Amino acid sequence: MRIVLTGNHAVAYAAFLSRVEVVAAYPITPQTQIVEKLAEFIEGGRLKARYIRVESEHSAMAAIIGASAAGARTFTATASHGLTYMNEMVFWAGNARLPIVMAIVCRALAPPWNIWTEHTDILAQRDTGWIQFFCEDNQEVLDTVIQAFKIAEDDRVLLPVMVGLDAFILSHTATPIDIPEQEDIDRFLPPRKPLPFILDVNNPLTHSNMTYPDQTMEFRYRLQKAMERARRVIVEVDEEYGKLTGRRYGGLLDCYKCEDADLGVIVMGSSAGDAKEAVDKLRDEGYKPGVVRIRVFRPFPKEELKEVCRKFKVIAVIDRDLSPGLGGILYAETLTSLYDLRNRPIVQNCIAGLGGRDIRVEDFKLVIKELYRGIEENIEIPPIKWIGIGDL
Amino acid sequence: MSLKIKDLPIEEYWLPGNPSCHGCPASLGLRLLMKALGPNTIVVIPACCSTIIQGAYPKTSAKFPILNIAFAASAAAASGIVETLEFKCKENVNVVVWAGDGGTVDIGLQALSGAAERNENIIYVCYDNEAYMNSGIQRSGSTPYGAWTTTTITGKKEHKKNLPLIMAAHRIPYVATASVAYPIDFIAKLRKASKIYGMKYIHLHSPCPTGWRFPSSKTVEIGRLAVLTGTWILYEVENGIFKLDPPSNTLIDKNRRKPIRSYIKMQGRFSHLTDKDIDELQRYVDEQWETYLKLLSIGKIY
Amino acid sequence: METVLETPLSKPSEGSAGITGYWRTFKPVINRSKCVKCLLCWIYCPEGTVIRINDDVDINYTYCKGCGICANECPTKAIDMVSEE
Repeated sequence: MRIVLTGNHAVAYAAFLSRVEVVAAYPITPQTQIVEKLAEFIEGGRLKARYIRVESEHSAMAAIIGASAAGARTFTATASHGLTYMNEMVFWAGNARLPIVMAIVCRALAPPWNIWTEHTDILAQRDTGWIQFFCEDNQEVLDTVIQAFKIAEDDRVLLPVMVGLDAFILSHTATPIDIPEQEDIDRFLPPRKPLPFILDVNNPLTHSNMTYPDQTMEFRYRLQKAMERARRVIVEVDEEYGKLTGRRYGGLLDCYKCEDADLGVIVMGSSAGDAKEAVDKLRDEGYKPGVVRIRVFRPFPKEELKEVCRKFKVIAVIDRDLSPGLGGILYAETLTSLYDLRNRPIVQNCIAGLGGRDIRVEDFKLVIKELYRGIEENIEIPPIKWIGIGDL
Repeated sequence: MSLKIKDLPIEEYWLPGNPSCHGCPASLGLRLLMKALGPNTIVVIPACCSTIIQGAYPKTSAKFPILNIAFAASAAAASGIVETLEFKCKENVNVVVWAGDGGTVDIGLQALSGAAERNENIIYVCYDNEAYMNSGIQRSGSTPYGAWTTTTITGKKEHKKNLPLIMAAHRIPYVATASVAYPIDFIAKLRKASKIYGMKYIHLHSPCPTGWRFPSSKTVEIGRLAVLTGTWILYEVENGIFKLDPPSNTLIDKNRRKPIRSYIKMQGRFSHLTDKDIDELQRYVDEQWETYLKLLSIGKIY
Repeated sequence: METVLETPLSKPSEGSAGITGYWRTFKPVINRSKCVKCLLCWIYCPEGTVIRINDDVDINYTYCKGCGICANECPTKAIDMVSEE
């Protein structure tokens, strides 16, 4: 079935197809249509599930943790301040290894109040033990949320997954989307197994009482191991879903025209589309750039990124986020991945689009051309560049 | 048919040799909880003394499933559990929150209020030792006026927050106060609650030897004195009807209540109280009684 | 997958704090001639170390912490708190 859907509704349809059993969510712009659509599905009888209308995001994640511990397939969604408010419980879900799926409509944090897209909110959760996806378009949003359940519940993984979609650009923009058939998704995604544990009066166990330092470190190690195994599972699931629907996203990285590229643009989220358009236009002019879209930020695709970037002379890392005092978060993690290369490319961090400021095709073209000029004329390439600052 | 001690089940689900202090009311309370409800019970415990008295991984003193959860989150986590059990048609399992006063009256209040407003089918028991005991006796909203705590060195200047009345204002099917000194009353209330659908709230007075500064053998005696002085009032609000329970129902006449001084002088946390402070506490107790007698006379308050 | 625990799950066990009988300074001793089998000591023990067999009671000295509540509450003063020395 092919219908026109906003990104938010695509999330709701994906949760519906995945047969979620318990939803607990608190509304926040720009996520509201996700929870409203799910309420429609549930109250209209189309989706057999419970919807807990919690009184805050912190309680949303707490309720989801309780529900997941009791054996349900669970889902929630939030953005920006909702995500930072529930941060305590986001860590809890990661360390508890519960296979929860959450959609994040990436939105800037206040002050000032700003409802438009920025990645700082979701990236601030990168240490919580959750797998993190960033989507380029609404079709990928739908497909990735469904894949997220399969990845989370795989007994080699058992980690919660958050799926990021850009505020308004994806969440509120309607595009034609292929909705898979329910029977196909049922075969792809069987019912959840009682892992990693289930609250059961017939097998009384206590979860998470006081644990001494030696054993605690062992659990942290197992969480890291699960993240490492997740890299393979993510690729497997992408492949299996690809066989089912014909749509593949490349696993951890979506590489566009990188085979013969000598310059790479590393980007996450919806602006990858504009980056790809810029690359096409510049290729017509004789340049050879490529786009590396980071689809999965956690586990960070270190090896995969190193392989792709090996042949680039120069890289632009686009950060739609800011870690004040450091610069771009994606930039810092990219450098970590490239450190082992004998001949490291020059890397420039471009901070762009904060607070939802537009990142245009033109901006990508300018950045790329500047970098090529820098290489040719052997001039100093500034390590950090703020796109648009000074233009107002 | 009134319950007798002899009729209570012998089996223990809260096991001995746990890390609780000598004379711990939380430990006693958990024993009584499980005697009331039996093993078909899942308990959610936020950060509080009861987290620690489970013991350390890989052992636990509980022969029933416990989901430990963050401080502010217990009522929300319990909501998630009960909704899942209902979804999966596992109907005869009690979902209980066992939380201290901190995780109920202060940091946990929002989640509790939300769960009450949604009328989630859970039994929420707040065992009230009147301070943040687990982190070392700091004051909570439930600490009484005048009490020493590590953050109210010269005595708390505010009166105790009245959670049972706040919960009654949520119009939930069942609200009750109880005390570890009246175990049959507590058990009967838990059993009554387990037969009601919807949100049930029980506030359990829990005198703490370590935090209130009295010898460990006096836990029950002090709990009894709290009731007999009228400081702690045993009552229920069932479907909006307010009712005093024994022996509080015999203490309507002020003169039948023991003077509050007899309760206060047994506790080191009140040792610095002046006559003026004690008068203020007495005045507060008398004011509480006035309020409750008015509620009694209304009949159905909701 | 193998039975490696991925997240901390603890099993029910007596003595999660060890042999708490070592915590005692005084131990309860029941005077059978005064005991009227009211079972108040059994219901009031915070630890569950007053063991009940039918209507008789005994003390589990492995875990009894010697808090003294049983002695304090006994209506016939049938329990003495005796120094551990």
